[in-house]
Amino acid sequence: MPRLSLQEVEYIAQLARLGLSDEEKELLREQLSAILEYAATINQLNTDDVEPMTSALPLRNVMRADSTAPGLTPDEALRNAPAVQDGHFCVQAILE
Amino acid sequence: MRTTELCDLSIHAALELLRRRALSALELTRAHLERIAALDGRLHAYITVTAEMALAQARQADERRARGDDAPLLGIPVAIKDVICTRDVRTTCGSRILENFVPPYDATVVTRLREAGAVLLGKTNTDEFAMGSSTEHSAFFPTANPWDLARVPGGSSGGSAAAVAAGCAMGALGSDTGGSVRQPAALCGIVGLKPTYGRVSRYGLVAHGSSLDQIGVLTRDVRDAALLLRVIAGHDPRDATSLDAPVPDYVQGLGNETDLRGVKIGVPKEYFISGIEAGVESAVREALRVMKGAGAEVVEISLPHTQYGIPIYYLIATAEASSNLARYDGVRYGLRAEDTDMWQTLFRTRALGFGREVKRRIMLGTYALSAGYYDAYYLKAQKARTLLRQDFERAFQQVDVLACPTTPDVAFRIGQKLDDPLQMYLSDVFTVSLNLVGMCGISVPCGFAGGLPVGLQLMGPPLREDMLLRIAYAYQQRTDWHTHRPPLSIQISAGG
Repeated sequence: MPRLSLQEVEYIAQLARLGLSDEEKELLREQLSAILEYAATINQLNTDDVEPMTSALPLRNVMRADSTAPGLTPDEALRNAPAVQDGHFCVQAILE
Repeated sequence: MRTTELCDLSIHAALELLRRRALSALELTRAHLERIAALDGRLHAYITVTAEMALAQARQADERRARGDDAPLLGIPVAIKDVICTRDVRTTCGSRILENFVPPYDATVVTRLREAGAVLLGKTNTDEFAMGSSTEHSAFFPTANPWDLARVPGGSSGGSAAAVAAGCAMGALGSDTGGSVRQPAALCGIVGLKPTYGRVSRYGLVAHGSSLDQIGVLTRDVRDAALLLRVIAGHDPRDATSLDAPVPDYVQGLGNETDLRGVKIGVPKEYFISGIEAGVESAVREALRVMKGAGAEVVEISLPHTQYGIPIYYLIATAEASSNLARYDGVRYGLRAEDTDMWQTLFRTRALGFGREVKRRIMLGTYALSAGYYDAYYLKAQKARTLLRQDFERAFQQVDVLACPTTPDVAFRIGQKLDDPLQMYLSDVFTVSLNLVGMCGISVPCGFAGGLPVGLQLMGPPLREDMLLRIAYAYQQRTDWHTHRPPLSIQISAGG
């Protein structure tokens, strides 16, 4: 398997909304290439008629009664927020 | 009794003394806080010690007992891994991004410990977001192995394991996504149990790999593990993945049998590969002889897809982690590193908030889920996961439990694998499969190699923690490995 390109590393970082330094990009390019090469050993397996396993549980959808129960108060929900205004989470402007 | 002796008691022995009023919860808690004060400067097992709260809880426990009240863990000091939410107590996940996060609610396991009367000593160190096998990936500091301070305690529940091994907690909770309870238990010479996926509520456990995560217990002996599991196990309407199955009385189930007649133990040949440390293999082989001597039938068995466990695990776990960690956006909680606009703030917050292992896993997981690679990596891994589960299902048609080493080698040196992520990942080779198949396992001390502890892993079918505990208990009755204490304790006790 070919080594990841710098562009691929930058593309993945963009998808993950992850800021990386040039040094980190270069290191990740090498390390991810090595890990993916190892991970590719699963391609030795024939999985033609195998269903993917998405959960270890015998459960399907789990429903609860449609009734109210106490939850967090607004103060509790907001108390770890970096910025709060008038009982709301506060973010930077997203429109000009 | 002196501090050292109090901190050396098992939970069940301490409960007897508390019930006879030969000991108070306050004495027991003070002894542990003193020991933490004396040792933790070298061990770094705790991120946060809640001394004041612990003393208040201990006083309450003593008052309850004075009123004639009792509870399964009334007055027992325990520690909680810092990925489990504790109301009004900082919960960092070993990460800068949550360095100042103070949860407004308790995880269900914490609620259950409180109701059972346990005293909470503090929050233990972990690899950042439980991603690691050595606790070196904590954003704050590495934890030392009590048996050799230059070595890692394992991970990611390394703080919990080191605290319990060193007598700085009577028991602890950890979380196990790919071995993070069993591996540090093995490396620190204690008992670590990972329950079946769904056995214990994960409400309030900060998510890492959601199809794999399970909360487990770390203790110095098997009976204590049964005591803690009995308290935390069971259905929780707040966790849709928790199983609505009855919880057996694990302590009662231990019985007094040291006899293993009628028990069939499978030894998977793929777990005795070349590369396994000689001292580890001989200790585990000797443990198998002990169980055979107790009447168990020991047969060789095959789990043919074992070698694919690591690649499957590191594709699925990182894919799930990359998705779970998308929530750290600096809006509702956690670090916000303000920049020119909202998008730049998001990139900068995550750049400064996450450490290198977490970034590596977010990148790997995002790659495995991205368009063009989804089928080749993520979907392929999920299909291979089915093959792995079929291995285990076939095995459990033939035997009751599987026995093998918990880790291929003993505790490694701090720094030894830090710059080689693939080598670090390979240290989980014997533990990840169990999480992928969702079944239960326990690591118990079974000897030493070069003066460092070795763990025997027993793996069982879904919801058979009772059987694992009973077999481990019988083994423990015939050996004394669980009674060995790290040399650190002896140095300290000499000084008082």
